[in-house]
Amino acid sequence: MRAARVLLRPVGFAGFGLLTVVLLVAVFGPVLWDGRATVIDTGDLLAGPSGEHWIGTDNLGRDLFFRVLVATRLSITLALAATAIGMVLGVVLGAAPMLTGRRVARFITSAVNVLVAFPGLLLVLFFAVVFGVGARGAALAVGLAGAPAFARLCHTLLSGVSERDYIAAARIAGVSKFRILVRHALPNIAEPLIVNATMAAGGVLLTFSGLSFLGLGVQAPSYDWGKLMQDGLNGIYVHPLAALGPGIAVVLAGLAFNLTGEAFAAAFGIDVIPGVARVRAVRGAAGESAGPAVAAPDPEPGTVLSVDGLRVTIPGARRPIHAVRGVTFAIRDGEAVGVVGESGSGKSVTALAVARLIEEPVRVDANHLVFAGEDLMAADDPASLRKRLGTSLVVVFQDPMTSFNPAHRVGPQLAEVGRFHQGLGRRAAFARAVDRLHAVKLREPERRARQYPFEFSGGMRQRAMIGMGLMGTPRLIIADEPTTALDVTVQRQVLALLGEVRGDTGAALLLISHDVSVVTEVCDRVLVMYAGLIVEELPARDLGTLARHPYTRALVAAVPDMETDLTRPLAVIPGTPVDPSDVPAGCAFAARCPLADDHCRAVEPPLQADAAGNRVACHKAGWPLPADSAEVTV
Amino acid sequence: MSLLSFRGVSVRYGSHTVLKDVSLDVAGGEVVGLVGESGSGKSTLARAAVGLAPVTTGEILLDGRPVPNRGRARPVQMVFQDPYSSLDPRMTVGESIAEAMRERLGKEARRAEIARLLALVHLDASRADDLPVRLSGGQRQRVALARALAARPEVILADEITSALDVSVQGAVLNLVRDMRRELGLSMLFISHNLAVVRYVADHVAVLYAGEIVEYGPTARVLGAPQHDYTRHLLAALPGAVRRTSSGNGRPAPTSALKEQT
Ligand SMILES: Nc1ncnc2c1ncn2[C@@H]1O[C@H](COP(=O)(O)OP(=O)(O)O)[C@@H](O)[C@H]1O
Ligand code: SF4
Ligand SMILES: [Mg+2]
Repeated sequence: MRAARVLLRPVGFAGFGLLTVVLLVAVFGPVLWDGRATVIDTGDLLAGPSGEHWIGTDNLGRDLFFRVLVATRLSITLALAATAIGMVLGVVLGAAPMLTGRRVARFITSAVNVLVAFPGLLLVLFFAVVFGVGARGAALAVGLAGAPAFARLCHTLLSGVSERDYIAAARIAGVSKFRILVRHALPNIAEPLIVNATMAAGGVLLTFSGLSFLGLGVQAPSYDWGKLMQDGLNGIYVHPLAALGPGIAVVLAGLAFNLTGEAFAAAFGIDVIPGVARVRAVRGAAGESAGPAVAAPDPEPGTVLSVDGLRVTIPGARRPIHAVRGVTFAIRDGEAVGVVGESGSGKSVTALAVARLIEEPVRVDANHLVFAGEDLMAADDPASLRKRLGTSLVVVFQDPMTSFNPAHRVGPQLAEVGRFHQGLGRRAAFARAVDRLHAVKLREPERRARQYPFEFSGGMRQRAMIGMGLMGTPRLIIADEPTTALDVTVQRQVLALLGEVRGDTGAALLLISHDVSVVTEVCDRVLVMYAGLIVEELPARDLGTLARHPYTRALVAAVPDMETDLTRPLAVIPGTPVDPSDVPAGCAFAARCPLADDHCRAVEPPLQADAAGNRVACHKAGWPLPADSAEVTV
Repeated sequence: MSLLSFRGVSVRYGSHTVLKDVSLDVAGGEVVGLVGESGSGKSTLARAAVGLAPVTTGEILLDGRPVPNRGRARPVQMVFQDPYSSLDPRMTVGESIAEAMRERLGKEARRAEIARLLALVHLDASRADDLPVRLSGGQRQRVALARALAARPEVILADEITSALDVSVQGAVLNLVRDMRRELGLSMLFISHNLAVVRYVADHVAVLYAGEIVEYGPTARVLGAPQHDYTRHLLAALPGAVRRTSSGNGRPAPTSALKEQT
């Protein structure tokens, strides 16, 4: 599946095609053309290009074009052999620290680091001299010289994997170090390792040709591309193609490896959510710098966000995934609206779509999507839209670690918003950043501003993120599970901070959470989502008592609180959420609903509003639930 | 019935002291809740017990002997918070579970044992051949529990095992914890920052603050009549729990019926 994705990219297609050709020539070249490459034509020595000899002949009158083709096998074989040597050695060196004691491990790691810092070419030449002139010596030299880089890569990748809990679990279970390495660690770094090896093969090919060219590599009568270049060098001014021909072959083959590797790297590193831009932190939505560019159908006065018929469709492997299937709601100025629902119900996708943070190939449709008087659906590239939207729409994500750029200090990242959206100078922007960090109650904001995101705790990062949102004057803050990763006390502080910010700026809040109690406490109104639809909307204070949809009631019941009956099992919602690529007909909740009947399974209940403006989508809204539902486990 | 006992345990990283002289007992068949804010050292305490964190001073004993951290017999097992990181994505559920088993079994015996363990955590035996990607978060967490059980542990350390789960699944996992404890007589150190969750599963609660245990006692006492300021602070920080009393407007209390379920 991934391989298919590789081929779909132009780079992947070109690289893969080229590599296939190169490998075919390597395999069949000597079989097909060896005769023509070795036949000596004494009447045509050192000839230039002609119809008969496309890039000329060598000093024995042998056809150079066919010699280049035949040389493919040796050149590629040697390059692959050298890469393999480098990789095997690199993996051994890189993995050794996982098996040895701490001292030895530290020694190996430092040695590798020193070698990596050493100029590669010098290393190659050094080893080439040590191993002696010739193809075998050169392969060893190039391989050995490449080993440190592989070792370091392997070590880095392994360190990443070692942090994962499954390695810890294996250790706790008494699995031996060696087995952990072989069964858990190596398989999980194989992909990046192979991708890097593929790309490295291109470089190795080049180095190897260089060695042969210098006379340290392949020796006559064998010949690879480097050797051919060396032979062609004497006549370079008369017959440049004799040297350039093999040179071009080197470049093409090198490119083939590189492009293929790169395409695979891109395919493997693909974002978890394809199409959802990995935008940092806070991104703007409506017009501060520029006024509203597009006249939008103004819904109701006093409405900051109006969403009508929002649908988000993600192209899936087999079927499209209907993540959001027609969602309509509005948020008034200064209002706090909560969204609850199980994971996968479409909460995050709705938020991302509203903030226009979703890009191709994910499809976003809506009858209208209006924020602060601006039509967000108006055809526009998201980047310029975001710039125009300025800082009036702020998005705070669950894990701020992924939202901050880990490579930059926190202060400058905030300052960037001020410079980009408000045209502040460098100093003014930084001063404002410090001021904002102060506003979100970070102690010692100057010092903090000069630290990196990883030096912050989770709660501090979340504050900094909100601080980033406060660089301008937000009108709407979208917070997606902003406290889920935090513990109670920090959670409380972050929620209080959001409250204060709203008090100060009058911003509205769209708070996404699976924690019903948080939403109840913070929000005015609650939207309950199930299977990409809003199934109920009601005032937050009524959530615990007046909810009418069976799903809402089940959600509320599932949260243990300080009064939960300890003598009974906790309530659970039977069954599993709907697969959004395969939504059943009728009510999507029917399979899990204690009230479901045939009518429910056949006819989708419409979302109907009552006089008070509360909405519910259920044929049996508010019916008492049967007391003796079947025994179930999720 | 085994007793896991932390005796004056300190853990120091460089000059940074994470745990200060912590003493705590987890008696046989008992669930001890460990609460405290993030960074207070909850996970470090658990990790120290299984050799994943270095104990600077003090000792951790199981029935009076140091917890074995070598060899195949590992009577103390741990379950982690993030079910997406705790299963090797390249191993089937069955392989992951089998790896933790103490003794090498024949093919048939192993299959039967895997099925038995999966049944304990209410998963179908056919799940053994699935890769973790095919499982939901709640199902993964069950597999992680099954893997811990495969080592035939005497004590399980559960580190925030429901924090990454949806409320709808959290309830099922908590019910499972209570079942297992009742049926297998397991002792457990149950770490969570969610007081309502700890209240539901734990017999005793220890409150950890900045690396020190500031309060310990029976759950009902600690959460009902807290002695230490920090415990009171934790309780006050609870989101104004939805008061789910059937309000007087004639509607049925929506939860009562669903609570009958399970
Ligand atoms: N990149 C993706 N590929 C496939 N499915 C996706 C992708 N992103 C989101 N989805 C699906 O869209 C649905 C809604 O997801 P999401 O908005 O994240 O739910 P929530 O925020 O309520 O947990 C889910 O079923 C999810 O599996
Ligand atoms: S429409 Fe029917 S199945 Fe759907 S929630 Fe209402 S009662 Fe249950
Ligand atoms: Mg989400």
